[in-house]
Amino acid sequence: MSPVLAADAVTKRFAKGDSAIVALRELSLDIAEGSFVTVVGRSGCGKSTLLNMLAGLTPPSAGEIRYRDHRLSGPDTQIGYLTQHDTLMPWRDVLRNVEMPLEIRGVASAERRSVATELVQRVGLGGFEKHYPRELSGGMRRRAGLARMLAGSPETLLMDEPFGALDAQLRTELQLELLRLWQGSGQTVVFVTHDIEEALLLGDRVVVLGRVGRILLDREIALARPRSADELRVDPEFVALHGELSTALKRESPAGEERS
Amino acid sequence: MTIAVDAGPVRVGLERTWWQRHGATTVVWATRVVLLAVLLVLWEIAADRWIDSTFISRPSDIVGRLAEWSADGTLWTNTWITVQEIVYGFLLGAAAGALAGFVLASMNLVYRVLDPFMMALYSIPKVALAPLFIVWFGIGMHMKVLLAAVTVFFLVFLNTAAGVREVDRGLIDAVRLMGGTRRDIARKVVLPASMTGVLTGLKVSIPYALIGAVIGELVASNRGLGYLINDAAAQFDTAGVFATLVVLSVIAGVLNVFVGLIGRRVNRWKPADD
Repeated sequence: MSPVLAADAVTKRFAKGDSAIVALRELSLDIAEGSFVTVVGRSGCGKSTLLNMLAGLTPPSAGEIRYRDHRLSGPDTQIGYLTQHDTLMPWRDVLRNVEMPLEIRGVASAERRSVATELVQRVGLGGFEKHYPRELSGGMRRRAGLARMLAGSPETLLMDEPFGALDAQLRTELQLELLRLWQGSGQTVVFVTHDIEEALLLGDRVVVLGRVGRILLDREIALARPRSADELRVDPEFVALHGELSTALKRESPAGEERS
Repeated sequence: MTIAVDAGPVRVGLERTWWQRHGATTVVWATRVVLLAVLLVLWEIAADRWIDSTFISRPSDIVGRLAEWSADGTLWTNTWITVQEIVYGFLLGAAAGALAGFVLASMNLVYRVLDPFMMALYSIPKVALAPLFIVWFGIGMHMKVLLAAVTVFFLVFLNTAAGVREVDRGLIDAVRLMGGTRRDIARKVVLPASMTGVLTGLKVSIPYALIGAVIGELVASNRGLGYLINDAAAQFDTAGVFATLVVLSVIAGVLNVFVGLIGRRVNRWKPADD
């Protein structure tokens, strides 16, 4: 089966004065339909750049991104993207933020209101419909962002360290909730993180990125679902995988072998 | 399929007496009234006793002059003229400034080309334009309205443009991801995001509309409060000058109330400061 989303030898350079900074070099990655792929890497390895390109927000400098065998030349409503930072409109309350993708699609107001209300309930924000983003805590804003992304009913979800800034308990809670929302939905997820444990807890497949997007490790994760963070921590298979991933990440670290 | 809402701030009702709620405000207002009364009494005593009243007049004379002008209608016709100039000048300048700011700032290249010119024009003291405006528009109301409008225009323009250009890139990308067109981005992101800038511009420019109109009248006119000041001063009628200044401060006070209302509206979606 052909992959739903594919990066084909993509390179991304950012021009700065007379030189260019290479964020990614000839990275190729295929994402199979319905899979949950986690991408792990240290900061600055080009994870976010990769997601921005997969989302169609920035074009690659070379190579191409294909979505269902079409060249991706701009954002596609089939692809939802939860960015690292909140991008809720501060002048809209939670409900109107969640409604926004439907509003842009031209859905009638009564219908989008009911869809949005249902989604707000589902992410646990019931009762906060009329609150503005600034009146919410970080975790609640993430939930609202998640609800907004789901309102567009995308078939592919891209997530860039969505729970990075949250406290540990909340993070676990939202991870489980994300798995629950995803399971059985048939959606494809690409989830970027720098946390090995999170990557293993969530993914069917883990891709470890090194400097300029070199793939250091690409591996299926066969841990049984549903997974629970507490049980996994003592699972020998998990411990072995954790070791493997952190070795892969470390192997690259001191270096300077590849400067552009 | 729902998750518990994380621990956030909790809202509780407060039982407060009238004094707890309004006490501080009442004290402030009472002190203001007392201070004003003391100053007026001191002024009244000082006049002719310590300082020649030809220079400083005295409160009772000023009140008398106001009553006299009010009775013969001088006060009302001239105030009405000035208020009209302020309002028309403000509306004209604000509309043009907001529109120009929004359009120009949305076009990056055009904005970069025009920016230094706009700054240069903005930096010209608007009083210096008065003689030119007299040549162009005569000494009637048009000239004052336009002088006020020019002052307001630049303030609103610069603030609007800044608001448009400081729109969070992430918000624009969010709308692009939802499949939004350029029109959606302009209407649903840039317009509301720049509203803070527009309203700040409106807020700071209200007093400048007053300044523009009065300066226009001071330079050349035969009607309006600025004319009244000039006329009274020419006849060494200090009571008349002060009476006009009182009227101008009242107008400024009313305008500042409007400013306050706008300020409250600007911050509607922002958290309360207090």
